[in-house]
Amino acid sequence: MLDGRLNRRTMLRAGAGAALGGVLPGWAASPVQAMDRHGDGHGQAANAATATREVLSGARIALTIGQAPVRIGSQPGHAVTVNGTMPGPLIRLREGQDVVLAVTNTLDVDTSIHWHGLLVPFQYDGVPGISFPGIAPRQTFEYRFPVRQAGTYWYHSHSGMQEAMGLFGPIVIDPAGPEPVAFDREHVVMLSDWSAVHPHALLKRLKQMGGYYDRQKQTLAGLLAGRDQPLSERLDWGRMRMDPTDISDVTGSTYHYLVNGHDSAANWTGLFTPGERVRLRFVNASAMTNFNVRLPGLAMTVIQADGQDVEPVETDEFQIAVAETYDVIVTPQAANPVAIIAEAIDRSGLCRATLAPQPGLVAPMVPLRARPLLTMRDMGMGGMDMAGMDMAAGTLDLSAPPPAPAASAGHMDHGAMKMRDKSLAPPGMRLGPGVATISAAPVDRLADRPTGLEDADHRVLTYADLRARVPAADRRAPGRELEVHLTANMERYMWSFDGVKLSENPAPLAFREGERVRVTLVNDTMMPHPIHLHGHFFELVNGADDKAPRKHTVNVLPGGKASLDLTADARGDWAFHCHMLLHMHSGMFRVVTVRPA
Amino acid sequence: MSARHLCAPLLLVLGAAPVGAQDMAHHHAPAGTDAAAGAAPAAETFGPPAPADHAADAVWDPAAMARARRALTAEAGGMTQSMLLVDQLEWQPARGADAYRWEAKGWWGGDIDRVALETRGEGETGAPLDQGEVEVGWLHAIDPWFNVRAGVRQDFGKGPARTHAALTIEGLAPYWFDVEASLFVSNKGEVSARAEASYDQRLTQRLILQPRAELNAAASAVPARGLGSGPTSAELGLRLRYEIVREFAPYAGLAWERKLGGTARLARAAGEDSGGLRAVAGVRFWF
Repeated sequence: MLDGRLNRRTMLRAGAGAALGGVLPGWAASPVQAMDRHGDGHGQAANAATATREVLSGARIALTIGQAPVRIGSQPGHAVTVNGTMPGPLIRLREGQDVVLAVTNTLDVDTSIHWHGLLVPFQYDGVPGISFPGIAPRQTFEYRFPVRQAGTYWYHSHSGMQEAMGLFGPIVIDPAGPEPVAFDREHVVMLSDWSAVHPHALLKRLKQMGGYYDRQKQTLAGLLAGRDQPLSERLDWGRMRMDPTDISDVTGSTYHYLVNGHDSAANWTGLFTPGERVRLRFVNASAMTNFNVRLPGLAMTVIQADGQDVEPVETDEFQIAVAETYDVIVTPQAANPVAIIAEAIDRSGLCRATLAPQPGLVAPMVPLRARPLLTMRDMGMGGMDMAGMDMAAGTLDLSAPPPAPAASAGHMDHGAMKMRDKSLAPPGMRLGPGVATISAAPVDRLADRPTGLEDADHRVLTYADLRARVPAADRRAPGRELEVHLTANMERYMWSFDGVKLSENPAPLAFREGERVRVTLVNDTMMPHPIHLHGHFFELVNGADDKAPRKHTVNVLPGGKASLDLTADARGDWAFHCHMLLHMHSGMFRVVTVRPA
Repeated sequence: MSARHLCAPLLLVLGAAPVGAQDMAHHHAPAGTDAAAGAAPAAETFGPPAPADHAADAVWDPAAMARARRALTAEAGGMTQSMLLVDQLEWQPARGADAYRWEAKGWWGGDIDRVALETRGEGETGAPLDQGEVEVGWLHAIDPWFNVRAGVRQDFGKGPARTHAALTIEGLAPYWFDVEASLFVSNKGEVSARAEASYDQRLTQRLILQPRAELNAAASAVPARGLGSGPTSAELGLRLRYEIVREFAPYAGLAWERKLGGTARLARAAGEDSGGLRAVAGVRFWF
């Protein structure tokens, strides 16, 4: 009935969020039942007023960083806010406009905002120590840049652990021309994880005990009950000092999972009219949580990934890693509430939100699915385990080396495997205590179903399903290949690239301006790492030729590889890091520099 | 601070050369991301050398940038942490006098180098401390799983006091065994050693059974301290703890302790018993 921009207002409501005790922005609030019943001029006037306050548009936008007490669940906590809310206001721009974002810091410590996925001059990218000095207390900093793109993005602090404390919000950029895919209504669905424990305290606990937050470890009771691994596998994994339940560092044992600032009980609700095409703009603003997302009973058509248009592809569930965005279209036909389920990949918790034909309806809750176990493929043995493992149907290795003959038959001889074969490390990799394992036979996992969804009995999106709507502008073959290892010692909770933490002052990764380079990320750890490069999009080498999808963040599955082709076209110094915030803060971070050839 | 006034020098520094990408327009399939890396005409193995300067220094105040860089570096992997683990703080009821025992470890520092503290001791209620020791040292990670610890250990309690130089290897062995082996040389030149191993068996997520073994040995007899040469004592423990939270767990269990060889003979000669089985109850906590 209305176009996207007008309909957007139907989701913007005044009123305090039940979940956050008054620090929810209007865009993220659920509709209030009494107001939505009439939807006439009176209600819309009220909404428009809210919209002006809560959705920020135009050539000049003012943001104020502050703080507020919040209570989610039973424990009081402390949030860092933007314009008084968590998540921050929705920033809505139009492709082709110029924008000035004036950010005022009312905290007692430095702050910053990084515009995640936006192509901006490096000095406005918002990373203290790389792009600019940061925003000091009681200072206002003006970011100014042209808006060169359309799509769904987000912003967050790049200072300290402020992002984990709530300093994030969505950015929607409307295209200069018509939307390539029609829709009748849209909702931003911003996922996050919240703990009342300060993120520095989370990190301290993990440094003291790597498995501190894992409350789903294997037990003797489980063995006797026939759950999880049989004894022989437990012994094999124990010999290697590897834990197949170590899927997420920080889990539902401390996290509350939120949709637009609402936990399941607060039930964020977005409205629809049956038969409408509803665009859901998913953003994962979590500090440490990859989610599996589904709307039980409703197919989703993915139309964007990381803000870039892709050829529409239908699926039933997708994994959204930290910092990724996915736009999907759903078309609910019946006048029944539909659940939006964002389940943490280690199945330690989930958040249920509702798409409803009218306010006040609650979609049924779903039970948590069984916690998955990691496999030899997650340990970097994917190139060996052709016979022994139960791999998901439909997986194929795009660039897998032929299986090692000695290990390809039957169960693996674990004793023969080297967990840390130094000959597999590229020159320059530092093999200190921070590198516990080197993947012995990592395979390209872009076509793999992600963690926990290997055996799901419905369609699951993989990176190999993504094809750019518009072919890449740069069709050159890469001039060189750069291999970067994602390295860790999960017991000591050390994280690095090529065994070197940022605190050890590694040289930046240097690129000539305009050169095209294939970057192959090799995950030597048993955790997924959403790797984010600032200032650029890169094409995933997923077999789609010139329709390779463009992304700003790629989730490299445990023990696997991912290749991306990068045209280094943005001059300056850029951050390159794992977007699991505690990994980044432990040193999994490099500077990428692009200089004139 | 305004960027407007500082942009001009950057433009001068970096120039405005267009991207030299058009000279490779003629290509053959496979193209795009299906092409192999290194297939370009000007293929090379290594990228350009890393520049020594920082791009943002040309835009913003270089001194402010230097401060921000130091802060970024320090927080991305350079933070110091600490831990104090009181592994055993226990009471051992007995027919005669009840006994008590403690064992605690602490560290402070970064990922590789840490200051280490260790203390342990035991005694009987209503009597002076039987034996106690405190060790302070340097803890250094030598590989993914093991640390060395070099320190100074001071003994307290019965007998003449001793100060030892201590060298320890500790870590996580295959199959998740916590192991530790120490060598001590006292200020009188006496050499002794200790080896320990323990394992945490999770019965459930919170109920953990910990078997533990310890063996002590001395290179030569030290009668003044009640030690014979060779193996001096052995200890086996089985403790069942319940983690109310990870940081706090009451436990109960059994501890079997036995003085060995010449050490046992010295004890019997002094009218002490040479060990036995005891019930124990205590708390394990850390922060």
